[in-house]
Formats: sequence, structure tokens, C-alpha cells
Amino acid sequence: MNILEVKNLSKSFATQKAVNNISFNIERGSIFGLLGPNGAGKTTLLRMITGIFYPESGEIVFDGKKFDPLNDIAYIGYMPEERGLYKKMKIGEQVLYLARLKNLSKQDALDRIKKWFVKFEMESWWDKKVEDLSKGMSQKLQFVTTVLHEPKLIILDEPFSGLDPVNANLIKDEIFALAQRGSTIIFSTHRMEQVEEICNKIILVNKGEKILDGSVSEVKTNFKENIFKIEVEGLNGLDLTSTPFTILNKNQDQLIIQKSDNITSNDILKYFISQNKTIHNFNEVMPSLNDIFIKLVEGTSKARQFQKSN
Amino acid sequence: MNKTGLIISREYFSRVKKKSFLLTTILVPLVIVAFYAIIIVIAVSGRTTSQSFAIIDDAGLFDKAPEGKNAKEFTLIKNETEESFKTKYQEAGYDAFVYIPPMHIDTPKNLIVHSKSTVGLSTSYRLEGIVNKAIEDKRLIAYGIDPVQYNKINSNISMVNTIEADGESKESNAGIAYAISYACGILIYMMMLIYGTMVMRGVMEEKTNRIAEVIVSSVKPFQLMLGKIFGIGAVGLTQFAIWIIIFLLVQMTVPMIFPDLFDTAKAANAGMGGMETGEDKIAGLLQSVAALPLTKIFLLFIFYFIGGYLTYASLFAAVGSAVSDDQADSQQLILPVMMPIILGFVILTRAVEDPNSSIAVFGSLFPLTSPIVMMGRLTSDVPLWEILVSMALLIGCFFFLTWVTAKIYRTGILMYGKKPSWKEMLKWAFRK
Repeated sequence: MNILEVKNLSKSFATQKAVNNISFNIERGSIFGLLGPNGAGKTTLLRMITGIFYPESGEIVFDGKKFDPLNDIAYIGYMPEERGLYKKMKIGEQVLYLARLKNLSKQDALDRIKKWFVKFEMESWWDKKVEDLSKGMSQKLQFVTTVLHEPKLIILDEPFSGLDPVNANLIKDEIFALAQRGSTIIFSTHRMEQVEEICNKIILVNKGEKILDGSVSEVKTNFKENIFKIEVEGLNGLDLTSTPFTILNKNQDQLIIQKSDNITSNDILKYFISQNKTIHNFNEVMPSLNDIFIKLVEGTSKARQFQKSN
Repeated sequence: MNKTGLIISREYFSRVKKKSFLLTTILVPLVIVAFYAIIIVIAVSGRTTSQSFAIIDDAGLFDKAPEGKNAKEFTLIKNETEESFKTKYQEAGYDAFVYIPPMHIDTPKNLIVHSKSTVGLSTSYRLEGIVNKAIEDKRLIAYGIDPVQYNKINSNISMVNTIEADGESKESNAGIAYAISYACGILIYMMMLIYGTMVMRGVMEEKTNRIAEVIVSSVKPFQLMLGKIFGIGAVGLTQFAIWIIIFLLVQMTVPMIFPDLFDTAKAANAGMGGMETGEDKIAGLLQSVAALPLTKIFLLFIFYFIGGYLTYASLFAAVGSAVSDDQADSQQLILPVMMPIILGFVILTRAVEDPNSSIAVFGSLFPLTSPIVMMGRLTSDVPLWEILVSMALLIGCFFFLTWVTAKIYRTGILMYGKKPSWKEMLKWAFRK
């Protein structure tokens, strides 16, 4: 069942279409990657999903019903890209305040805060102020405030920026644990290696439009270019001038090759076997999301800000 | 507790718990009290340290030294000239000496006073008065009138203004009414500026800290704005209540601790030699304060204080949401908001002089100036319909401005980068 269905959502600002007719579904309990270059319209899209902006047209269905920002935002946790906390307020009071704005009772909120503070080794922070924290520490704090009320939908905009690897792993483990417990996570970023590691499904937006939608493996399959890596013993003695495939790169015993559509990978293997060579390793090279991203987006982002909506 | 309530209580307690709040709340009345204490001390002590004057009377106005506050104040010097005594008076222990040149009483000449330093204004009036009196007495005698009889004829009355309102007659005192009107107007003017800018700073803080986006993913921007405005308004009312309590405490305890303070003041007044005694004056003042419709003034003050604050607070919130952390930008945008407040203050100064002039009536009806200007008309008998229309306009204006500014706020608080122009802000305000 889908926790969120976005149908033909559009929103434009004075000079440009920020989000143009975007649709996608997110399955409950999945980790969903929202990708796109800077200024692609990710934040605007997220602000509509969190009820901060009203969509101009289109529809959002949350948890099976039409999205009602007033009541549904209690089930959503949003960590914006620009982190924000009251600098002069004591950390404990601040987390309690933000939790109560999400409809938690005082006692319930206190219990949960205690649990999270123990987990993240933040117990001693209660009476400190945010201005005393380092960037990474306030990042952790912000994450706690976002997920404290165990929302059905958690939206994280660049959650790892500014975190060292240890803390990044800590947050990553929590993201998995939350998904395990039934929360759905939207993960907005332009760091592709994290997406490949974490997300089940992604969409890619550029210039306000969706240009890609699918699971990570589906996307990779769609963008594969029949490139293989093969390791063959005694490669140097072989004449490679008349092969049924194209050789892209040769390095000692290793070849990177691209086959045409009319032969199969078995034909490649057959070729080397027929030459009496021992094959040590053979596998297809999948494109990284990074490659796909760059391929799809390259050259378009700069034109973005001057594009007019009319 | 609902969310707006939570926001109000955060805005309220985060300010009230600050040390600076306690400090200003206690310090401001202390400074005012200290200020008045100093004035009283100066007034009382300034009259006890008297100066001594030597008088050389070449015009023959005085037979003996004129009567001073004490025996040493005036001494008539004989057998000296202006030139010869000029070098001696300081050694002789006088602060100054007064030379009355030879003159005929029909063509008097100016006095000449030699002194170590410039003679004070009140002293010079006093000296002139004494000599003028002597000349007048001489003239009376020249016309064959006995100065003692003349003083009996002389009349010195004060005006008592009795106003008839609500079937009762009360004595009024223009001075007291003037002072109270003015004080109330200035108080509202100051409170609007102080708490208005506090709202603006609060909004700017939320915007620049980027917490606004986190909060508006939990509550509606309108709730956040209202929560801030009400929370800070409550801070203002708290501060105000504390001041009233301090004022009442001081008024009750000071006469107990310093029972002779008023006596000294009365004595000082009496020493001025008015026809009315000091006691009468103070009793009269108290009476005319009591004669003012105090309950009405208090209730109207509270209404216009709250109404004025709420009306302007939403404007200040909109300005705060539109700028991002740039003092120069906020100065520029705040100017149009300040203009009507300052205009109100200017009209107030006219309204206390002439409470029923057309400018005062206009100012007390126009909702952007009425909180200040109406205070200037309080002590005069403002027709009921004018008060009701003024109140209705103020409430209407509050709702309208809050509706408009909430839209500017909603857009502005998430908008970073360049400062929006007024045209853009108006566009935000009036689009659906």
C-alpha cells in the first residue's frame, strides 16, 4: 500500500515553473530517493508534501486519503536542508517544544527525548544551548527532533551533510531501523553514492520535471550500455583485431568491452573459449547512479534560472 | 494545550525568564523614581542654601535692607561707591552685590549686579522683583496712595474649572488633565515602538535561524505569527502590571518611610510666598486627580494599548518576515510603518492642547493614529459615538491588517535572498 501518492503536482513562482506536473507513488516502509541537481524543484516539492506550500494544481494522497495539511502534518517529520533551531534556547526545552508542536503530550515527549538522548549519547546536552554545539552535533539534534514523534513519513533533505563518517553511519542505521519499524523515508539529496546504498526506489527531477522513476536496479538496467569486464589469462598473446565486440580499454589481463545488441554475453565467452584462454572473471559493468545523473542532467542546470514559465 | 497556546507560552516565557527583562522592568521605574527624587532634593535643598547680597542704593529706594529669606540675605552698604566696593565684596563674604544707580522713579534705570559667576535665572527675577516693588511703592507714595492700603486692594485669584458630567459637578484642573493625557499618549507610543520592534526582531530571528521552516512544518504560519504577537503582547502587559504594582507600593511606602518629605515640600511651596498655601495646593491637586474619570481613562488606556499594539505588531511581523538579517534593509522597510506612529505622536501634542479640534478628532478616529491621539483627548469629554467609532475602526483595522500581513508573512518567512520591494510584498498580500 502506498503511504504517499503524488498526482500531477505543479507549482510555479513569479518567473518559473518550480514543479511541473510531477507524479509518483511511495510504498509504505520504503526508503525513497528524491534526486536532482540544485534548483531542480526538490525543496518546493517537499514543501508541498509537508503542507508548507499549497500546490497550484494536482493532488496529494497521504495514507489513503486526500492530504489534509492541518491534521496530517502531525504524522510527518521534516528535516529541511537549511537546519534551523533556536540558538538561545536550551536544548532540552527546545526539543520538548518542537515535539509538543507535533501533538505529543508533555510526558510522552519527555520519555521519548530521554530514550533518544541516551541512544545518541546526548544526555549532558539538556541545559546547553544550540549556539554551544558544533555543526555535526546540531545536525544530530535536528535529526532527533525530526523523528521523535515516530512519523509515518520522514522527509530528510541532505541528512548527512556536515557529518563525520561515524555519525553518518549512526544516522544511517537509525534510518534503516525506522524503515524497519514501518516509517517511510523520503531522502532528498544529490549525493548519489548514498542513494545507491540506502534507497529502494528513486525519482530524478530536473528543471521541475520528473525525468526518471524506478527502483535502483531497474534504473541501472535501463541505462546499462552492454559493457562487460573480463579477465583472461595470457591476454597478450591474443590477436584482438577481429573480435565480435568493441574493446574500450585494455589493461594487462583485463578488458573492458562493449557488445552490440545482436550478440549475447555467451558469445563473448565462447569467443575466448574458442581461443583456448582461461577466463578468471566475467561480469557486466552497471552504470553508477552518478553516471546516469550526470548524463541526464549535464548542461541543463545552468539554463534553469533564466527559464520563463510562460 | 493547542499549538497557538504552546507558541504563546514559549514566546512569553523565553522573554520573561531572561535576566534583561527583570532588569529593565525593575530599572525603568527605579530610574524614573530616582529622577523625581533628585528633582525634589534639588528643589528642596536649592532653597535652603541661600546667597548673600550686598546692596549699594544710590537711588535711595531702600531705607533699610529689604526683607530676605533670612537676615543675611540682603545687606545695605553705605559709604561705598560701585567702583570702590567692586574689589571688596568677595572678601567681605558676599556672593554678589547689587548696584542701584541714581535715578528718578519716573525714569528708572537698570540694575547692575556684580558677581563671581553668572547669576541664576530665579535670582535675577527675584532681585528685579524686589527693586521694581520698591520703585512701585515710591510711585504710590508720590501719587499719594498708601502702599499698605494698595496691597489690601490688590487681588490675586485662581481659576477653578468645574465640569458637569453624568449629573455630577467636579472640579477639574487643566494642568493635571494635560499631564495625564500626555503621559498616557507617550506611554502607548513607547510601548508600540518597543514591543513592535520586539515582534519584528523575533520574526527575523526565526527566519535567519531557519527554524521557521521547521516550525511551519508543524503549525500554520498564521498560528506562528499570532502566537508570537500574543506572547510578546503578554510580556508587555506583564511589564506594565509590574510597573503599576511598583508604583502603588512606592506610593504607599514612601510617605511611611519619609513622613516629613511632604512637609518639606509643603514648606518649600509655602516659602515661595504664593497666596495659596502649599497644603491647599496639594489638596487641590489630589482633588482634581480624583475628579478625573480615572476608571474610564484606565479602561480606555488598556483598550488602546492592546488595540494599538496588535494593529502594529502584525505590520512589524510582516516587515520582519520580508527582510533577512540586514539592518539597512529592515530600516528601509520599517520607515513606512513608523510614519503613522510618529504622525500620531505629532497629533497628540496638538490634541492635548485642543482636544476637540478637527485634527484631534480625525487623529483619534483614524485607526493607525487613534491609540496615541485618543489618549490626548481622554480627559476632555469625548462624545460616546466618537469613542465607539474609533474602537470599531481600530478593531476592523486590526483584522484587516492581520489578514493582509499574514499572507506577506507566510511568503516572506521562507524567502531568502534579495529584499523584496514594496510592490512584491503587496502582490504577496493580495493574491489568493
